[in-house]
Amino acid sequence: MPKFFSDTIIFNYNWDQVAQGFWKRYPNPNSKHVLTEDTVHREVKSGKLFTKRLLSKTNSIPKWAERFVTTKQVNIVEESIVDPKRKLLVTYTRNLGYAKVMSITEKVVYIESEEHPGKTVAIRSAWIDSQVRGFSRAICAFGYERFKKNCMKMVGGFNHVLSTLYPHHNILPSTHSTITAAAKLKDAAKNASELAKSKAAPIYASLHPNQS
Amino acid sequence: MNSIGEACNDLKKEYDACFNLWFSEHFLKGRHNDSMCAPLFKVYQQCVKKAMKDHKIDIQEVKKDILGTDKEKKHPPTS
Repeated sequence: MPKFFSDTIIFNYNWDQVAQGFWKRYPNPNSKHVLTEDTVHREVKSGKLFTKRLLSKTNSIPKWAERFVTTKQVNIVEESIVDPKRKLLVTYTRNLGYAKVMSITEKVVYIESEEHPGKTVAIRSAWIDSQVRGFSRAICAFGYERFKKNCMKMVGGFNHVLSTLYPHHNILPSTHSTITAAAKLKDAAKNASELAKSKAAPIYASLHPNQS
Repeated sequence: MNSIGEACNDLKKEYDACFNLWFSEHFLKGRHNDSMCAPLFKVYQQCVKKAMKDHKIDIQEVKKDILGTDKEKKHPPTS
């Protein structure tokens, strides 16, 4: 069964900035796996910009999957349509080759946020599929987890590029970074309470020597 | 970013710089004439096509239109 993933992220930049940043999002500190990037097709049709780019990336795979994939590099095609009138950027990305072993297809729609003027919403959908008999379930599960993990890195990388391009932009914490910050705080609180507990135990023990 | 063909890196950088300027200053402002970077694009494309062949990349497969067609993957039914 193919796996489906979706999420929505808010960028603290207006749509024009995100659309311009989209073409400059590599390299970034989180994109060391992206090796090359080329535009292979581009045209303007009825006021919209149609582009195809070819990306090559390193392919990190678990040991058990090495029997299916022998190359360390994977080629990816990224189609996109920019509609400046509707302020709509849609991207559609798929891997070339090894598509039977594992295919990852990702569609992202970038639109102006209605709720938060001046911000951009990215709605991501992804399909992870495999046609390797007997292994497809394991491969899909692996692909899904890896994709989910990489999503946060992709967003972080894109935000890094945007903050470099627009350094004087008034940055408010985004929904996403708020969640991350909240999770970090929670972790910190948990660690602190565990530390306190571990410190408290010997103190307690020293105060109650007969009970230990 | 580097091109897939080492020989294309300079052509790509020149074209990218032109495109980014055109995209910001022309296209997003409603001026859709894309002749500005066309000569740079042409020479860059010749180089990339050769590099793709050298890398045994299926050009037909790369050029397939999927976005905006009924070949796009569908969302699973929400139940």
